[in-house]
Amino acid sequence: MNKRILLLLAGAIALSGSGFLTGCKPKQLIAPVQSGVAEKVYVAPGKYDEFYNIVSGGFSGGVAVYGLPSGRLFRQIPVFAQNPESGYGYSEETKPMLNTSYGPQVWDDQHHVGLSTTKGEHDGRWIFANSNNTPRIARISFETFRTEEIIEIPNSSGNHSSPFLTENTEYAVAGTRFAYPLDDEGSNPDLALTGENFRNSFKSVVSMIAIEPTTGRLSIGFQVLLPGIGIDLARAGKLKSHDWIFFSCYNSEQAHTLLEVNASQKDKDFIVALNWKKCEEYVKAGKGRKSHNRYAHNVWDEATHSATSTIETETIILDPTELTDIVYLMPCPKSPHGCDTDPTGSYIVGSGKLAAIIPVFSFDKMLKAIADKDLEGQFCGIPVLKYTSVLHGEVKKPGLGPLHTEFDGKGFAYTSFFVTSEIVKWNIETLQVVDRQPTFYSVGHMTIPGGAKIKPHGKYAIAYNKITKDRYLPTGPELTQSAQLFDISGDKMKLLLDFPTVGEPHYAEAIPAGLVTPKSKKFYRIEANHHPYVTKSEKDARVVRDGNVVHVYMTAIRSHLAPDNIEGVKLGDEVYFHVTNLEQDWDVPHGFAVKSSGNAELLIMPGETATLKYVPTRVGIAPFYCTDFCSALHQEMQGYLRVSPANSDVALKYGIGDTASP
Amino acid sequence: MKSLHPPSSLSSTNLRLLVSLALATISFSFTGCGSKEEAEKSAKESPTPSELVAQQPKIHGPEIKSVELTTPLKQEWVAAGKATYEMKCLACHKLTGDRLVGPGWSGVTKRRTPVWIMNMVTNVDMMLAQDEEAQKLLELCLVRMPNMNVTQDEARQVIEFMRSNDGEP
Repeated sequence: MNKRILLLLAGAIALSGSGFLTGCKPKQLIAPVQSGVAEKVYVAPGKYDEFYNIVSGGFSGGVAVYGLPSGRLFRQIPVFAQNPESGYGYSEETKPMLNTSYGPQVWDDQHHVGLSTTKGEHDGRWIFANSNNTPRIARISFETFRTEEIIEIPNSSGNHSSPFLTENTEYAVAGTRFAYPLDDEGSNPDLALTGENFRNSFKSVVSMIAIEPTTGRLSIGFQVLLPGIGIDLARAGKLKSHDWIFFSCYNSEQAHTLLEVNASQKDKDFIVALNWKKCEEYVKAGKGRKSHNRYAHNVWDEATHSATSTIETETIILDPTELTDIVYLMPCPKSPHGCDTDPTGSYIVGSGKLAAIIPVFSFDKMLKAIADKDLEGQFCGIPVLKYTSVLHGEVKKPGLGPLHTEFDGKGFAYTSFFVTSEIVKWNIETLQVVDRQPTFYSVGHMTIPGGAKIKPHGKYAIAYNKITKDRYLPTGPELTQSAQLFDISGDKMKLLLDFPTVGEPHYAEAIPAGLVTPKSKKFYRIEANHHPYVTKSEKDARVVRDGNVVHVYMTAIRSHLAPDNIEGVKLGDEVYFHVTNLEQDWDVPHGFAVKSSGNAELLIMPGETATLKYVPTRVGIAPFYCTDFCSALHQEMQGYLRVSPANSDVALKYGIGDTASP
Repeated sequence: MKSLHPPSSLSSTNLRLLVSLALATISFSFTGCGSKEEAEKSAKESPTPSELVAQQPKIHGPEIKSVELTTPLKQEWVAAGKATYEMKCLACHKLTGDRLVGPGWSGVTKRRTPVWIMNMVTNVDMMLAQDEEAQKLLELCLVRMPNMNVTQDEARQVIEFMRSNDGEP
């Protein structure tokens, strides 16, 4: 190709680019990509991305970590679902992490993440994540990118408006989307499914999960009893609105069947404003009542490389019909989904899924309406403030199906529109739309780095699209999910990149790499390993029988497992392989698997001990091996377990090299 | 003694494959990775321990440039060095002259200078990148000596334990 043709081509590309800028329709099937975008997302080999993007995994049950601007996937963190790749939820140490008061849950639906903040800004300490199906909140360490704690939420179901954090990470919030009878006094009652029972007994309890400031340890601070209204999303106040948290709800009709129609009847549902500081005072003053229920609290201990699960039995419930100054309702058109507070804490954006406007509420006006008792009336005993009194204004004709709003810190809001498949940029003060860009297709959540904090990092917006269709090479009926990266540094948004994502991302937060990278752990110190079955020296590798339980104290180092010959195990035995990875260097995990174990593998980090349970089902030889290509002699990292009949008298015997049978 | 990975059991094809794999897994390149014949040749022409020490180039890390040895041995260092050996070294190094994953330790304090040993223990990536003797060992053993995050003090104690193992008073 000669230079002249290249120039012509470049001209054509530039022309088509400017054509899109001046008059394209959002229905266009080809993305309006402009020239010069490649270098904006290109991260050269060996170079680091600028941001970590922490993305919810939806039905994958975990959290995924990508780099921005490259869109490269670095890691999937198992949280609420078993993960055979790492052994999470399969190893004896991690099984308790998935325990609940209903027993172990092997899967859940992970929707939103919240990155810890100090004074409203990212501090790079923890990732919080919610599960929607069996309500729980998890805390993940930014040092290890591992799940360290999971707490179950009683009196709740459909934990969707979660785990949104208060400004100083005092609390993570949990709400109830599927209104639900209380688990009070032991268990969920056996109730007939009728409208009357729904209205009387189904509640949408909101829970404030207290976070211990230094350790991050979770506990249920208190719960607030709300009528059954389908609490959907939440966002805490900031700065002047620090003491408050706001929720959207979508079923103020209190329908219990065909919600698609029956929960879409009213002109307005509500934004629920909860004064959590005032709630704290009431709890301290003993104004709450005790709810006797059961919930699991699972904690990972890095010293023992093991989790424990404890069943707790009590929460404190506050009733806003008795404590009348903790909850106020603000009418919000129609079935609001997103509920987002701007970086100044002055405005609350409610996005009615079925509305053709975006209402923006003023925090100052809300306080004034509360002081003036400027009410429309009451809903189930809770005061409803007058819509026009609390409204800052409405964004007119922004698009159809507004869902979520993020902020750039320069006075602009960016709202995703599912139905019209676009991101719309508007001015928070003037409520004027200043730009709109199509997404491919049907965007749900979106992220601006720090876009939910008091000082957004800005620069990019990422759309998490719900529909992929023709964006990638087709892979049958099931397609990867499609995210799109936009440059928002100028007046107009520019599409830079499509990148595939795992599971079904909902909310995500991006954080500058510099806040995380320096503290990333490289390995676990073997001296600090206090696992009860650790083997700190290969000379202590051994096999111990205790009745029909056999404990194998095994070590792994490049490139052998010790012991690697084991005899004397019989049918009817339960064998526990406690494998300690003796390596003390970064990126040298060893894996461990046994033939036909019916179990997952173990992936054991340097200095860690992990345990695989194996119950033999046949007489014969069961080879085991390292599953992680660790060295040039990785293939040789293997061994044999002999399984003898139940009544055999083969003595327990083990060894490696000189100590194995000749 | 039954060696775990006797090089004689490897065909030359396998050996080449493994050398390639070793190279593929490391982040630097070095020249002179040999065939089986070359490895055998260099084994036959091995210099005596004292020659070896004399020929050894002065390659060391930024921190460890000299090690002071005293006699008699400090017994508390011998004991501490043995504890470190059992946790971090024993899986690959025997106390006899037999090779397991890495070379046996018998005579190591005669073959290598203390500075060389200290650097090999505490700064193994530098040594495998720059030191010919360390590179020869990788060709022989085919497993990169791991960085076991042994501190300089611990490495010094390990030398005391090695000297004790070599019969020093």
